[in-house]
Amino acid sequence: MTETRGVWHLLLGNLTYNALPFYSAIAAFAAGLVVVGAISVFVLITWLGKWRYLWTEWFTSVDHKRIGVMYIIIAFIMMSRALIEAVLMRVQQAVAINSPGFLPPDHFGQLFSTHGTIMIFFMAMPFLTGLINYVMPLQIGARDVKFPLLNSISLWLTGGGAGLMMVSLVLGKFSTGGWSGYPPYTGIEFSPGVGPDYWIWAVSLSSIGTTLTGLNFATTIYKGRAPGMTLMRMPLFCWTSLCTSILMIFAMPPLTVATALLALDRYLGMHFFTNGMGGNMMNYANLFWLFGHPEVYILILPAFGVYSEVISAFSSKRLYGYTSLVCATMAIAILSFTVWLHHFFTMGQSANINAAFGIATMTIGVPTGVKVYDWLLTMFRGRVRFTPPMLFSLAFIVSFVIGGMTGIILATPPLDYMVHNTVFLVAHFHNMLIPGLLYGMIAGYQYWFPKAFGFRLNETWGRIAFGCWVVGFYLAFMPLYVLGAEGMPRRSQEVFDTAYRPWLLIAMIGAFILLAGLVSLFIQLRVSIRQRDSNRVFAGDPWDGRGLEWSVSAPPPEYNFAAIPTVTSRDTFAGQKERGQAYHPPKTYQDIEMPKNSAAGVVIGISGAACAFGLVWHIWWMSILGLILIWGTVIVRSFVRDIYKVIPAADVARTEARWLNHVANVRPVPRELETTLANKGLAESVA
Amino acid sequence: MRAPPRSRWPLGGLLLAFPLAGCHSAGRGFFAPRGPVAAADAHLFVVVAILMAIVVVPVFILTPLFAWRYRLGNAASPYRPKWDFSWPLEVLIWGVPTAIVISLGIILWRDTHRLDPYRPIASSVPPLQVQAVGLDWKWLFIYPDQHIAVLNELAFPADRPVHVSITSDTVMQSLLIPQLAGQIYAMAGMTTQLNLMADSPGQFIGENTQFNGMGFQNQKFTALALSPDDFNQWVARARASNTPLDAGEYAKVAEKSSVKQPVYFSAVQDGLFRQIIDHYHPVRTP
Repeated sequence: MTETRGVWHLLLGNLTYNALPFYSAIAAFAAGLVVVGAISVFVLITWLGKWRYLWTEWFTSVDHKRIGVMYIIIAFIMMSRALIEAVLMRVQQAVAINSPGFLPPDHFGQLFSTHGTIMIFFMAMPFLTGLINYVMPLQIGARDVKFPLLNSISLWLTGGGAGLMMVSLVLGKFSTGGWSGYPPYTGIEFSPGVGPDYWIWAVSLSSIGTTLTGLNFATTIYKGRAPGMTLMRMPLFCWTSLCTSILMIFAMPPLTVATALLALDRYLGMHFFTNGMGGNMMNYANLFWLFGHPEVYILILPAFGVYSEVISAFSSKRLYGYTSLVCATMAIAILSFTVWLHHFFTMGQSANINAAFGIATMTIGVPTGVKVYDWLLTMFRGRVRFTPPMLFSLAFIVSFVIGGMTGIILATPPLDYMVHNTVFLVAHFHNMLIPGLLYGMIAGYQYWFPKAFGFRLNETWGRIAFGCWVVGFYLAFMPLYVLGAEGMPRRSQEVFDTAYRPWLLIAMIGAFILLAGLVSLFIQLRVSIRQRDSNRVFAGDPWDGRGLEWSVSAPPPEYNFAAIPTVTSRDTFAGQKERGQAYHPPKTYQDIEMPKNSAAGVVIGISGAACAFGLVWHIWWMSILGLILIWGTVIVRSFVRDIYKVIPAADVARTEARWLNHVANVRPVPRELETTLANKGLAESVA
Repeated sequence: MRAPPRSRWPLGGLLLAFPLAGCHSAGRGFFAPRGPVAAADAHLFVVVAILMAIVVVPVFILTPLFAWRYRLGNAASPYRPKWDFSWPLEVLIWGVPTAIVISLGIILWRDTHRLDPYRPIASSVPPLQVQAVGLDWKWLFIYPDQHIAVLNELAFPADRPVHVSITSDTVMQSLLIPQLAGQIYAMAGMTTQLNLMADSPGQFIGENTQFNGMGFQNQKFTALALSPDDFNQWVARARASNTPLDAGEYAKVAEKSSVKQPVYFSAVQDGLFRQIIDHYHPVRTP
């Protein structure tokens, strides 16, 4: 990189035109796509004159529902990029057998690093945070999370991190150190470019946002429940949200510390993780996985919650073994802090240590196994309907236990010595994250979408997407188990054994089918929006739901509940419907106080991203300005006293009357017809 | 008669078979073991998979079975929407996995010790000592007793244990010879150890499995298990190379590069391995 001098260096730091990605046609094309995409979105919004609408209704909104939706939009955008990257890597490995293929090692290294970083931090995390944001307050009978502005700040910090990831595609090269960023490779000596800096700051923004989210959700669940909603009456999704939040609070700080120490090594020449001068990368491995293992459960627990809701709802039956499931969830949350060492059994610890951590890891298999059987027994003597969310849940159960089995294999240290760092490991964690986490997120998206937007998603495209996601997963990852057992290392840009070719070809086809699965989801959305008028479920209960979220209109009013409900049992809404107490307006309506919109989140998120960008390129004025803006915003905001708005009782009454009128006039739908136009969102009572 | 379940089970069964199918392939993984450690690992893999099947197979069967039998259209099946608990089932679903994990735990404890890479392999012959240095992007094997060294080829007599001391002179790496024994990391300034043995003469692939940069994919080496005579000849050939590995030569070797063919060194400066490690501890307190 040519040194910039004088005033330009002050202004632009190390950023020069050399940062543009002309080193590879594919990278240049991807960068072009990002730039053109960003410009088109900007032009389109301007042309439609929607900036004011977006600003007042979405960007500055502190409504948990809007924030939830925005999180999921981020997740889908980032998933698109990272899935295309996955396809590129699969194609490369399939063609690069004794040939260099079309991706140089440098580009391949960036691809697996961004793929992993995005899928974990900017796809999975926003997706689950979005779902929890949308659903959890509705399920516990709250009007918002406890700290609505903090929620917006978390969103925009995550958005800032995601933005930085996208910028890294255009300016400079990303890290080649993988999603775990192990030093000393990511240290300044071995990675002198800006790549690891992009990784450090993008992940830091996201992890700070996530820590705040965890605090917010946990507080909301502890202090924001409706009267009568005892902890043991909460829907299981709230329990898994609670456990995930607790894990976020305790697991994200080690990551923030690890990346901060790595940054000190890189920026100030310190020696926490360097080879010499007393540095020791084993400390990084411990810190990173002290975060990294609970992170696995941060990801999977909300999906477990979704499956619990979906399987119970589409089996028209109570969840089997509620207490058992709660205990299992809590047990998993606690045990997840006791197993981090299994990520580096091969670092030379004594057999006693490895065996102890191996056994601790296997112990997690017990509550997980219990959960699987609880879901099976929930279907037992039920009335199962094969809607897309349910199909995803069924595919999850079958596929997840395969991942569980390979997980136990990896937890056995002698076997881990053999398959660690091979594509067997890659197959295992994709087995947990695609059928485990992602099927759950998609199931949750399909299940709650009608609640959020007031119309059902297209069933046919939902089934096509399901087919693609299942077939694609098996084709893409089962071959990797075989190749891993054969000793094929992960992250190989080139392969030297022709015997691998058929397996790698199957895996490549699988990757394309997975991409088709994502495209099907987008087509489903497009088709559903077109047909929205015939698929409306304004009455709010399209699936004969059981939790409080189904007891309000779809989409719910800004204030969620006209009057805070009083809870007397589990499956509150199912009970109300049974007793004929559903859709009863309160005796009187009262003014409702709701938090006002605030630009603070946007300002902090953008300033955070600017600060991070400045740090990456050593543009110090930008970093300092970013920091000042963040602190300034926090200080200014703390002087703002007028932070609530009041929704007058008359408005509430009008909104509720419109909805209740509609409910009184639509025909209830029997379960057999719930996927047809007859479904207007009112469930026929099963007497 | 009910229609046969439209199940995902055949698919599931196939999947279970997939990794196990590896057992019979004449591959280069640990399912084609050529040494006692890899053989024990392959056996252990099957034992763990079978024990896990006790939990996993019922799920494969019951998921499609329950889903289909209790489908909405099947009025013949019982419907108990309020049934949500049973003590006997509870004992079963907690008890069986617990029992399996306890048995797996016992096996794990025993085998983690039995197959500890640090544990010398029992044999009447003393182990061959080898020192492995992970470099970008090749392996340097030093034979301290033979005073030779070689890049990207690890030769040793078959049926005699090999004790490998491992370090790195760059970023972290991981040494794996799948058909002989599991992997251990190589880290700068530190030593790790690996014991392995080949049952009979043969040629195996060895590799670094930990990504370490642009030449990572090329960092393969050949592990050669030889008859004692062949090994002696191999040593003689290395000595005949007439290239001594001194500090100057080592500095050249340690530079970033990939090595296609093995490179032999006829003599090695004493204590080179120790120096490579101590390089990272300039102030070592006694």
